[in-house]
Amino acid sequence: MAGYCVRLLRVNLSTGEINKENLDTVLAKKFVGGRGLATYLLSQEIDPGIDPFDSANRIIFATGPLTGSRAPASGRYMVVTKSPLSGTIASSNSGGFWGPELKRAGFDLIIIQGKSDKPCYLSIKNSIVEIKDAEKYWGKLVSEATDMLLEEAQDPKARVLVIGPAGEKLTLLASVMNDKYRAAGRSGVGAVMGSKNLKAIVVRGTGTLAPANLDATKEVLKEVRKKIQENEVTSKGLPTYGTSVLVNVINETGIYPTRNFQQAYFETADKVSGEVLAEKYLVRNVACFGCPIACGRHSSIDGVECEGPEYETLWAYSANCGVDDLAAVIRANNWCNEYGLDTISAGATIACAMEMYEKGIIKPDEIDGPPLKFGSSEAIVEWSRKMGAAEGFGAKLALGSYRLAEEYGVPELSMSVKKLELPAYDPRGAQGQGLQYATSNRGGCHVRGYLISPEVLGLPEQLDRFSLEGKAVWVKAFQDLTAVIDSLGLCLFTSFALGAHDYRDMLNAIAGGDWTTDTLLDAGERIWNLERIFNLKAGVLPEADKLPSRLLEEPIPDGPSKGHVHHLAELLPQYYKERGWDEQGIPSGAKLSQLDIV
Amino acid sequence: MVVEIKLFATFRKGRFKTREMEFSDDSSVDALLKRLEIAQKEVGILLVNGRYASATDKLAPHDVVSIFPSLGGG
Ligand code: SF4
Repeated sequence: MAGYCVRLLRVNLSTGEINKENLDTVLAKKFVGGRGLATYLLSQEIDPGIDPFDSANRIIFATGPLTGSRAPASGRYMVVTKSPLSGTIASSNSGGFWGPELKRAGFDLIIIQGKSDKPCYLSIKNSIVEIKDAEKYWGKLVSEATDMLLEEAQDPKARVLVIGPAGEKLTLLASVMNDKYRAAGRSGVGAVMGSKNLKAIVVRGTGTLAPANLDATKEVLKEVRKKIQENEVTSKGLPTYGTSVLVNVINETGIYPTRNFQQAYFETADKVSGEVLAEKYLVRNVACFGCPIACGRHSSIDGVECEGPEYETLWAYSANCGVDDLAAVIRANNWCNEYGLDTISAGATIACAMEMYEKGIIKPDEIDGPPLKFGSSEAIVEWSRKMGAAEGFGAKLALGSYRLAEEYGVPELSMSVKKLELPAYDPRGAQGQGLQYATSNRGGCHVRGYLISPEVLGLPEQLDRFSLEGKAVWVKAFQDLTAVIDSLGLCLFTSFALGAHDYRDMLNAIAGGDWTTDTLLDAGERIWNLERIFNLKAGVLPEADKLPSRLLEEPIPDGPSKGHVHHLAELLPQYYKERGWDEQGIPSGAKLSQLDIV
Repeated sequence: MVVEIKLFATFRKGRFKTREMEFSDDSSVDALLKRLEIAQKEVGILLVNGRYASATDKLAPHDVVSIFPSLGGG
């Protein structure tokens, strides 16, 4: 079956058993691969109610049928587990080169279960799989550990996935890093790796991946490449400025969350924008595997070359912390990459702590670092380091903004949904995006359905961002399509140029099959419902489909979206109805049997 | 009337970042684009006071017009 290796690797770290199993092709087809298939396997193998750090939790590294293929931007894979931060399903996506390498080694996915009694790492050289000692790598920063592991592998072409000290210390904001700088950032997936004493997975594969139909593949890829080349966003906007080109447009729209969402317009945003990054710090563009878009940035500071910062990171540390010092943002981003921390949640947690400090809730004598004042460059850099090292008060911050604010009796100051920090768009000025945040299966996240695209960027068409009309329909459609793209193993940014039928044609040509646009989008809906069921069984109930009260009750005080709040109470029932769920937000039996989910 | 214009990304090259300009009273966005020698098809996002606008919309005194090429990210 082209597109799939039809092989999965199962590693039990408690017993040291390593098994290569055949992939059930019927299941692969039903759940596509990547995010969808891994969610199904996780749902089958664990009780969603368990403690995420229980050795019974699994962590699955999953590619999709197009990962590593000649399809554009096919370097993606997913890390799927139960999240220690949100208690929901976690599926964190990353690019780079690691995913394609795993497939070339002959595996669609790896299921890690159990827990090693000492630090270890997994070495995969085609079919030779070994659990190795990682004592000497434990405690090392991401770039150093990566270099050392590459040296041990004695193969410069090997690809390294690793956690930093944050993951080892079970920091709830810990990411999984691969190829040094690419991050499966969100939901604390790095801490689950840490809880299993698994430092790294080093992969080298030399196999080839042949498409099901070579001629059809050539033809469809010619077509989609042309679309990417002709599209202004994928051929010019993203390559020239990277994702941080968004800073100014989001700010000028008045939805750029500032000082922990107390405002939505940052006066000096232009000093910390993609334009200035390109002018002052950019060294070169970088691309993930097989990607013609090349949105990645390498910047240089203090004589060190590093990746990023991406738009979301730039926002979390600049506007959201009131800092307009780009050099400090780059330094904070570097600490996150080296310690293995999610930059969105880390920056947003510091912003929350700053509001608490300025309001006198956190007292100066409680903290063992720079004053947590909005605008402080020193604070964002040093507190990022301390969070990564889980040092002093940094260890408290490293549990995320919700646990921090709750401990002080002010959970409403955490700008999060389901305990996952919200990203860089104020939903009071983008109603669809707010509905998406509230209903996202992994909590406050923008990449489960990027409504900013129609509501602000005018793609594929311009919607009125303040209007509620039709937004539930758009949110469902975006969530379902995104689940498909994530499961195929392609980068979401391709969707600025491509539509559902393009993904269908690539899948049919490369993996074979008779997918129609409808059956593909049905698969997306199936995956979405499966994730919802996981969350319900995990005890994350529909009451958690909400937004922080600030966004519902306090009108934006200034800027172009002044005076607006989010109207979730009106939108949520429309959304449940659109999804075919009951009024309480529970998927109906009829819906589940229609989607063939038992 | 005086209108404030803000340019972003590639539109800044050879032009400016932000400037106030004088227009006759019933001018539309289109006239502003012509004055700046920006072709309509080059424009990705055009905001007047933070709201999506089109070339035929009329300008009002003290409007803030922000012009971006097509862009995306996330
Ligand atoms: S668009 Fe950017 S993030 Fe996506 S695959 Fe290409 S380089 Fe990587």
